[in-house]
Amino acid sequence: MAEAFQFELVSPERLLVSEQVESVVIPGAEGEMTVMAHHAPVMTTIKPGVVTVKTAGGKEERYVVFGGFADIVPAGCTLLAESAVAVGDIDRADLARRIQDAKEDAADAKDDQSRSKAEQFLAQLTTLESALMAA
Amino acid sequence: MPSLKDLRNRIASVKATQKITKAMQMVAAAKLRRAQEAAEAARPYSERMGSVLANITQAIGGGGDAPALMTGTGKDDVHLLVVCTAERGLCGGFNSQIARLARDHIRRLLADGKQVKIICVGKKGFDILRRDYASMILERVDLREVKTLGFVNADAIARKVIHLFNEGGFDICTLFYSQFKSVISQIPTAQQIIPAGIASAPAEATAGGNAVYEYEPEPGEILTDLIPRNISVQVFRALLENAAGEMGAKMSAMDNATRNAGDMINKLSITYNRQRQAQITKELIEIISGAEAL
Repeated sequence: MAEAFQFELVSPERLLVSEQVESVVIPGAEGEMTVMAHHAPVMTTIKPGVVTVKTAGGKEERYVVFGGFADIVPAGCTLLAESAVAVGDIDRADLARRIQDAKEDAADAKDDQSRSKAEQFLAQLTTLESALMAA
Repeated sequence: MPSLKDLRNRIASVKATQKITKAMQMVAAAKLRRAQEAAEAARPYSERMGSVLANITQAIGGGGDAPALMTGTGKDDVHLLVVCTAERGLCGGFNSQIARLARDHIRRLLADGKQVKIICVGKKGFDILRRDYASMILERVDLREVKTLGFVNADAIARKVIHLFNEGGFDICTLFYSQFKSVISQIPTAQQIIPAGIASAPAEATAGGNAVYEYEPEPGEILTDLIPRNISVQVFRALLENAAGEMGAKMSAMDNATRNAGDMINKLSITYNRQRQAQITKELIEIISGAEAL
């Protein structure tokens, strides 16, 4: 059994998870990454996606996060999400609304840089949606 | 001298008022608990955010790539005041305390020849500040329809502020709200959010030791992402503290009102009883003296 470490998932409204876990898969801005105990210190922004948590008890929990960032140190990992919900509780209407917003953002973007950013965000959201539909 | 009937009516009306204030007090107490829980639940996020920010500023070391939101524009000519108050009254001096602090601040700034702009969050502060500074109020954010304060509400306000900043609308932004200390004491506070005053924090950034962090993407880029988020968090925290403070203030105000109503009922009942007794005595005297005259 792999060594456990402290993982915390925090959204502005509340602390969602704070427990000993074996591994966490984080949708980092530069690709997914799995964090295990004694990970080298990393700080990364995260994109909308699914966080998979494997608890010390061997259970697997999945959460949907919409952007934020992760602070990883050897002793633990803190994930600050702009908004986070357990996969089971995800509100499809809310997701659809976010996608709609992102579409409007992309359409309204004034310069190329912000447009590509908005489109990227939109792509991430739609990927997330299709991933959830499949689940 | 009011008649017995008048007194009876007054006692009845004060009793009705007391019932209302008592009910309001209990509602406020229940809401206070919820607001306090919300404020407590939000605390971990802002704490972690603080330590991460301190950490990353240390890494950058105030380098040239720090975003303008953090370093400011280098001027302090135009000030933006975000004044957060409650949407409703009947909570003692809660709203006027915040408004007074903001007004003192405005007066000082104007005396120094600065330009002042105001964004009002909440109706009450708007009503108070409108009297003197109507021309400076840019906007009024209405949270009346909002049942439970969410991060989205704070985010919307923060976005407005940041948008304004990027357009060069102001140089320094200060947030006015009431810090929730306890049910009976709320401290009106002014907090500068742009440029962010994080520079003083690095001393406590020990959570990760002095480990060398790897940043993904570059620290500067993370920071550009982080700072606006931090502003949203600050606003969110202010709103939550305000909500808890409002309920606390309302609770103690309504408690006072209930007690005052009780005192008043006591006083009125004494007058009422005395007068009734006087009337009875008077009638008795009339009967007795009538009988004696026969």
